[in-house]
Amino acid sequence: MGKVMLEVRDLKTKYVTRFHEDVYAVDGVSLKIEEGKSLGVAGESGCGKSTLALSLMGYYFPPLHYISGDILIDGKNISGLDPDVVRKTILGTEIAYIPQAAMNALNPTQKIIRFVEDVVRAHDPKARKKEIRERAEARFAELGLPRTVLDKHAVELSGGMKQRTVIAVSTILSPKVLIADEPSSALDVTSQKMVIKMMRELMDKGYIKSMLFITHELPLLYNVTDDIMVMYAGQIVEKGTAREMVFDPIQPYSHGLMGANLVPEDGMRDTKPTAIPGTPPNLKRPPKGCRFAERCRYATEECRTHSVAERPFGEGRMYRCRMSVEELREVYKDE
Amino acid sequence: MSEIRERKDYSNGPLCLSGRGVTKVFGLGDNRTVAVDHVDFDFHEGEFVSIVGESGSGKTTLSKMLLGLMTPTEGEILFEGKPRDISTGKKRKEYWKGIQAIFQDPFASYNVFHKIDSVLLDCIHLRGGKNLSKKQKVEMMTEACSFVNLKFSELTNKYPFELSGGQMQRLMIARIFLLKPRILLADEPTSMVDACSRATILDMLFELRRETGMTIIFITHDIGLAYYVSDTVYIMEHGRFVESGKADDVILTPQAPYTKRLISDVPKIHEVWDLSTVDLLKEDA
Repeated sequence: MGKVMLEVRDLKTKYVTRFHEDVYAVDGVSLKIEEGKSLGVAGESGCGKSTLALSLMGYYFPPLHYISGDILIDGKNISGLDPDVVRKTILGTEIAYIPQAAMNALNPTQKIIRFVEDVVRAHDPKARKKEIRERAEARFAELGLPRTVLDKHAVELSGGMKQRTVIAVSTILSPKVLIADEPSSALDVTSQKMVIKMMRELMDKGYIKSMLFITHELPLLYNVTDDIMVMYAGQIVEKGTAREMVFDPIQPYSHGLMGANLVPEDGMRDTKPTAIPGTPPNLKRPPKGCRFAERCRYATEECRTHSVAERPFGEGRMYRCRMSVEELREVYKDE
Repeated sequence: MSEIRERKDYSNGPLCLSGRGVTKVFGLGDNRTVAVDHVDFDFHEGEFVSIVGESGSGKTTLSKMLLGLMTPTEGEILFEGKPRDISTGKKRKEYWKGIQAIFQDPFASYNVFHKIDSVLLDCIHLRGGKNLSKKQKVEMMTEACSFVNLKFSELTNKYPFELSGGQMQRLMIARIFLLKPRILLADEPTSMVDACSRATILDMLFELRRETGMTIIFITHDIGLAYYVSDTVYIMEHGRFVESGKADDVILTPQAPYTKRLISDVPKIHEVWDLSTVDLLKEDA
């Protein structure tokens, strides 16, 4: 077992709306990523994937607020630190974040090299321009980005190129954890593949030690990450290795999610993608029982009144349902 | 397999919409860009057609020309075998009774000042139902909403922004149900909704086709989705159709290099996803 790079224990965060209502977007999430491993987070929009990513950085600003729980990066607890301290000592070196619209984050009036300088100088104000350029050129060459990119403006680059540049710039300080929030969902398939290839290279060459990859696209997640966890209404409903999660999902929600994939493969035309009717619960008033009960076709009265805890099974897997693994496998067989 | 799905051969049916040498050029001189370059197509009645291409391939320009929102620079579009005439506002309105569209972004498809009732009433009026009684109109709207699993009684007097993205997109389909056009043009209708609601929307499109026999033109960048829904697939690259034919033939035995690349670049589940096919140093990608 490798060294644990990122450990999260029972993390709870909330949004406070302008009417002073609390929205519990991340509600008791625990996870662990070992050195050299990657974890994928799947789930539909509004389930708390992106809030989880923001919460993990330990950099809170309204409307997002920290409630409780621990975030440990390489054994060091960063939860509850002052935002200024987090920005100076944690972001960039310990943890890096690529937001969903990263490629729109580049200032159009600046050359790419300026962003590299900004990142490096935030941690080492005395760094010299020449050193920074050498460092950036070496890193860009390693990652297969042309070095001419450094002297270009953002508008001169294509979408895929911009996204790869942003990833290269934000990992220039070799962070221990990289959080990628839908880094490729706005791109064409070919550019997406290049982004993924580059992220693989980052991992293989040891520039990042672990990765949390967020997307709603499951076939992609299956090909990119070692483990997958499925989130629903702010909680993790199932966790396992990528293979187990795609071919043997247990929890009814993740079972439905895995059945909704469409890939261009022989025989796929004759299978019907699953539809999950209904909408997720309102997180201002989370339901008392199982959060998926309203939409679950196997739900009983007990599901609606009794909340369910995480249940471990198999080798390090976990799911959240009142029914046992055997019972669930049995009901899926009849479909 | 779903019973909604029919595997009939539509390619011998009567022609619905066809184009000969349709071209659209933007700009002049150095800025001249040929967005759609002499494309020919034949869409038949009841056929589920997909136009697949990456961003910038000209699929949206083509769809705008099909809808009559943009005039082709060159070439001819034939509607039901006759050259299309949309020279006056009246004729255009007549044409739109035959062709309707669902767009990618449900949040941008509605007028924020109009209530849902008026969105649906407009459809009834376009179909010539202006003189119907209020009760009949409400009945029609209720039926349309229940077709897409929405309750009209919960929607009435609400504004579109009070609905979720999936609900809005379903309401868009309810509009189509009221209008019953001959052709439905769907431009990436599911790219902004979740995988689980996507299946519901696709089912509704199949159901619509079964009930009214309409032609559905599906524009998408997702080749997996196109393979699942369509009878015929057109692959578009740089404004040209590089390959077309039955979905099974095009996807399982692709001929054009572009189609092959497109299919190999989609992450798959049962096949290995080969990362070595892309070259990181290629700057134009």
